[in-house]
Amino acid sequence: MTFLNYIRDIQDPEHPYTLEELKVVTEDSIEVNDKKSHVSVTFTPTVEHCSLATTIGLCLRVKLMRSLPSRYKDFAGEYTDVTLVWSEHFMVDIRVAPGTHATEAAVNKQLNDKERVAAALENPNLMYMIDRCLEPTDYY
Amino acid sequence: MELLDGELELREIQKLEGHTDRVWSLAWNPTGTGVAGMLASCSGDKTVRIWQKGPSGSWDCSAVLEDTHTRTVRSCAWSPSGKLLATASFDGTTAIWERVGGEFECVATLEGHENEVKSVSWNASGSLLATCARDKTVWIWEAQPGNEFECVSVLQGHTQDVKMVQWHPFLDVLVSVGYDNSVKVWTEDGDDDWHCVQTLGEAGSGHTSTVWALSFNSAGDRMVTCSDDLTLKIWDTSQNPSETSGDGSGSWSHLCTLSGYHDRTIFSVHWSRDGLIASGAADDAIRLFTESKDRMVDQPSYKMLVKREKAHDMDVNSVQWNLKEPKLLASASDDGTIKIWELSEVSKVDNFVQSHHLLIGFCQPQVVNSIGLCTLAPLFMSSSRDVKESELLDSKVPIEVFDT
Repeated sequence: MTFLNYIRDIQDPEHPYTLEELKVVTEDSIEVNDKKSHVSVTFTPTVEHCSLATTIGLCLRVKLMRSLPSRYKDFAGEYTDVTLVWSEHFMVDIRVAPGTHATEAAVNKQLNDKERVAAALENPNLMYMIDRCLEPTDYY
Repeated sequence: MELLDGELELREIQKLEGHTDRVWSLAWNPTGTGVAGMLASCSGDKTVRIWQKGPSGSWDCSAVLEDTHTRTVRSCAWSPSGKLLATASFDGTTAIWERVGGEFECVATLEGHENEVKSVSWNASGSLLATCARDKTVWIWEAQPGNEFECVSVLQGHTQDVKMVQWHPFLDVLVSVGYDNSVKVWTEDGDDDWHCVQTLGEAGSGHTSTVWALSFNSAGDRMVTCSDDLTLKIWDTSQNPSETSGDGSGSWSHLCTLSGYHDRTIFSVHWSRDGLIASGAADDAIRLFTESKDRMVDQPSYKMLVKREKAHDMDVNSVQWNLKEPKLLASASDDGTIKIWELSEVSKVDNFVQSHHLLIGFCQPQVVNSIGLCTLAPLFMSSSRDVKESELLDSKVPIEVFDT
């Protein structure tokens, strides 16, 4: 349940509502296997051809990366805004709910390729959009 | 290699810290300086670090190559002469650094890719460099006098992001692997006319998800690929003369698939001179595989020799065998650290101690000095946890000693 709290108030990139309000994420969205340190997130884009499905997926990934407990100690150096650590105390898989998106396989593959995610998150424009979506959730 | 009898393990020699973001890739200098050599590492912190074994025997960072790349440095590769280091970056460029004494100077910047460069590799003679990127292309560059590099070919064929390129150990044959799940073999028809001579795709026993890396064996007749599909695949090149197209590269076929050993993406694979295959995966573990000499089976087969769980606190992105000392392995991780490992036998005393808290051993001179006893008789010693023989010799473990 705690994990849902991390993501329920993320703003949708297009509409002035949260992901929970739009039923993009629900209570059933997150499955946690504590023993295996594994988190599985399933989200439902608002429309089948949603062009921002990947962006929503990245918002979920970034939020969880920043929120999940990690044994990873802080670096002596400084973090830049776009330097994000892939939290592997928990291994996170993010997928669109089966049958809810026209290019489901392509979206899922991108969201779970950490090199592609890392490169995308180095894009300042994309990070700006993601940070705006995450802003209301900064309390968690 | 002389076969080590008994059970093997990877013993951690040292943890190298310094990078301030995930470490993506490693490369051992092929010529090496001193006994074990020089290691280059590259990171999401936009820098490349050079590590060398100091006079005390410990590895230290001898140089930081910074203020050149403006984004993650994803891959690095030494030229065969060991004098040049190529570094590939998400900023779309590949930098060439020249080693002068202990210093490194950026002597060239290769531009052209449309987006993130993922990998760089030198051919056996050092005359050619290959790079690949998310723009789906592989570029071949020719090294010219005065540290000039000219692009001689842009190879199209992959339908997605290309993750890694690797030259054959002695032939001018290039292999690339990528996000389109395929492995492509490229050769030249003379006069810079490069083309894809073979694609190992899903249809022909190929991988069913992103292929992250490949490595050739030292003989150059086998290669291993690793994938997001959780398998390693071994490929073999037939030496059937009627099948060769004259360039001697032969045609590659699937030999075997190692499945069931990994349950998360395998990011790196490296074949040692002695025939051991090391893999680094997203479950933080390092695994070693070797060909099994099982006479019952006709087909060559491979088995897992060692599994080192929790090798790092996070994903292992790169594993690289030292080129001079075949038992030395380096690994790099999302946790920002690099570790040096030594493949060694688990000693019989270690085995015994791990199953009992009570340790019975013969007193060795080093131990005598550390606990102030002088005896050659067996002693009963107990400690609050399992103790390894090597730790005892280092006298790091508090022990109580009882005279028998």
